Amino acid sequence: MKLRVLSDYPAIVVLFIWMLGPLIATIYYSLIRYNLLNPRIKGFAGIENYEFLLTDFVFTDSIYNSIQLLGSIIGITVVLGLLISYLLDQDLYGGRLLQLVIISPFFVMPTVSALIWKNLLMHPVNGYFTYLLGLFGLPPIDWFADIPLGSIIIIVSWNWLPFAVLVFITAQQSMSLEIKEASKMDGAGHLAFFFQIYLPHLGKAIGAVVMIQMIFHLNIFAEIFTTTTGGPGTQTTNLAFLVYRKALLDFDIGGASAGGIISIVFANIVAIFLLRMIAKNMNSD
Amino acid sequence: MKSNRVLLSILGWVIGFIIFFPILWMVMASLKTEIEAVATPPSFFFIPTLENYFVVQNRSDYLNYAWNSIVISVFATLLAILIAVPASYSFAFRPTKRTKFKLVWILSTKMMPPVGVLIPMYLFYKNMGLLDTHLGLILIYTLMNLPIVIWVLYTYFKDIPQEILEAAQMECDDLLKIFLYILLPLSKSAIFSTSLLSIVLIWNESFWSLNLTAFEAAPLTAFISSYSSPEGLFWAKLSAASTLAILPIMFLGWVTQKQMVKGLTLGAVK
Repeated sequence: MKLRVLSDYPAIVVLFIWMLGPLIATIYYSLIRYNLLNPRIKGFAGIENYEFLLTDFVFTDSIYNSIQLLGSIIGITVVLGLLISYLLDQDLYGGRLLQLVIISPFFVMPTVSALIWKNLLMHPVNGYFTYLLGLFGLPPIDWFADIPLGSIIIIVSWNWLPFAVLVFITAQQSMSLEIKEASKMDGAGHLAFFFQIYLPHLGKAIGAVVMIQMIFHLNIFAEIFTTTTGGPGTQTTNLAFLVYRKALLDFDIGGASAGGIISIVFANIVAIFLLRMIAKNMNSD
Repeated sequence: MKSNRVLLSILGWVIGFIIFFPILWMVMASLKTEIEAVATPPSFFFIPTLENYFVVQNRSDYLNYAWNSIVISVFATLLAILIAVPASYSFAFRPTKRTKFKLVWILSTKMMPPVGVLIPMYLFYKNMGLLDTHLGLILIYTLMNLPIVIWVLYTYFKDIPQEILEAAQMECDDLLKIFLYILLPLSKSAIFSTSLLSIVLIWNESFWSLNLTAFEAAPLTAFISSYSSPEGLFWAKLSAASTLAILPIMFLGWVTQKQMVKGLTLGAVK
């Protein structure tokens, strides 16, 4: 116990400040009238900011968009991730190289993936998809005008599919070879094996992927910022982008903070489940 | 069975090609002229040119942004490692009743959505003159990655057998020396790969970098987003800049995929 140099205090202290300071400040700002452009707007607002926000149609739209983004991206990445990781488990030719190829999009920064997709692929005149559609005699799609939210879902899903694959591959490596061999011997087909052994074994990993993505995707920002800036109208404004817009474009600090608090509450609900799972895992060590 | 394997492999590689295609197409576009890059139908065969790469540097000072990315990710990583190593070490080798609670609490700080604390951080940074500075981003990224770094290091340290520590303590009772001469060399590669993971995560972070920087300290994520304005729409140059921004980090990503799972699932998946 002599060695105080090697202690957890510094980490605990800085994280404590980092967690509590901004949180208290956000709660405080959300309860006052505060506009950066107009210093005469001031004083205690009570729940006014929340009331104002909750009755604003932009807010309801943004909640709806956030949920759509979360649900679609998580659905797509989990389903495709399971299928692809199952395929990668099949001892393919060049399987290891293929795994690297498939996880690559995860390391592409969000601003790059957003712009590459928006221009090189989804551009209604010169984009590659337009060319592909043309090959089949189909009319071009103006992605960001016709299905703006769908386009963002596609881009983020492409970015995060590798994450799901990577986690599922890791989780399946803990499946014992005996189980695999035994079920092959019993003549279990791919379908039976996938649903009766593979899926149940990955239950926990699926839970983790869902929850982690819920927390991360609450903050989808760069993709929206670089492609649609929340539009057309409010069609791609999610909670994160709404807070940004209110604070840094409308200078309404009170309202933006109220939005921030709502996103914290939501993240915490998810976090409780996730933390429980992690704590349980630690016990089983 | 053999033909089955061939079929599945073909299916796998077709899927792999589709998933990788946007990256491939970007790299190809970066080697075209601007006219070829927007050509319809798209040109698959062309004489590659490196011109775009030079233009990107000349016109927009690419190196300034790349340098910012490097400075910010390296220093934030070093700082995080510096704070995390002692903490993970004490969690792994001197666990107390509260260790588990502390570890879970540390993870919980990672679950705070940045958008929830954007306002106070922005105002605080504005008042402190930290907006658009290296220091500002370094501090935020250190704090943001600290839980992940602590967690990954902890899982590595825990795998070092306690007996080594006990044997060393028989010989010498200076814990700092034991730490420096025995444990640190043993965990060199763990610390190294954790650092790489941290660099990858910081390199691609684009919520804080877009909101807290403008030019002086803007990293590559912010630089690329400047191409979203209509006048910046030069596809070949956009592609060249993007390729430069992601290729080095993609190699690091390949190397650190195992730590990536550990770090991002926070121990929920093993």
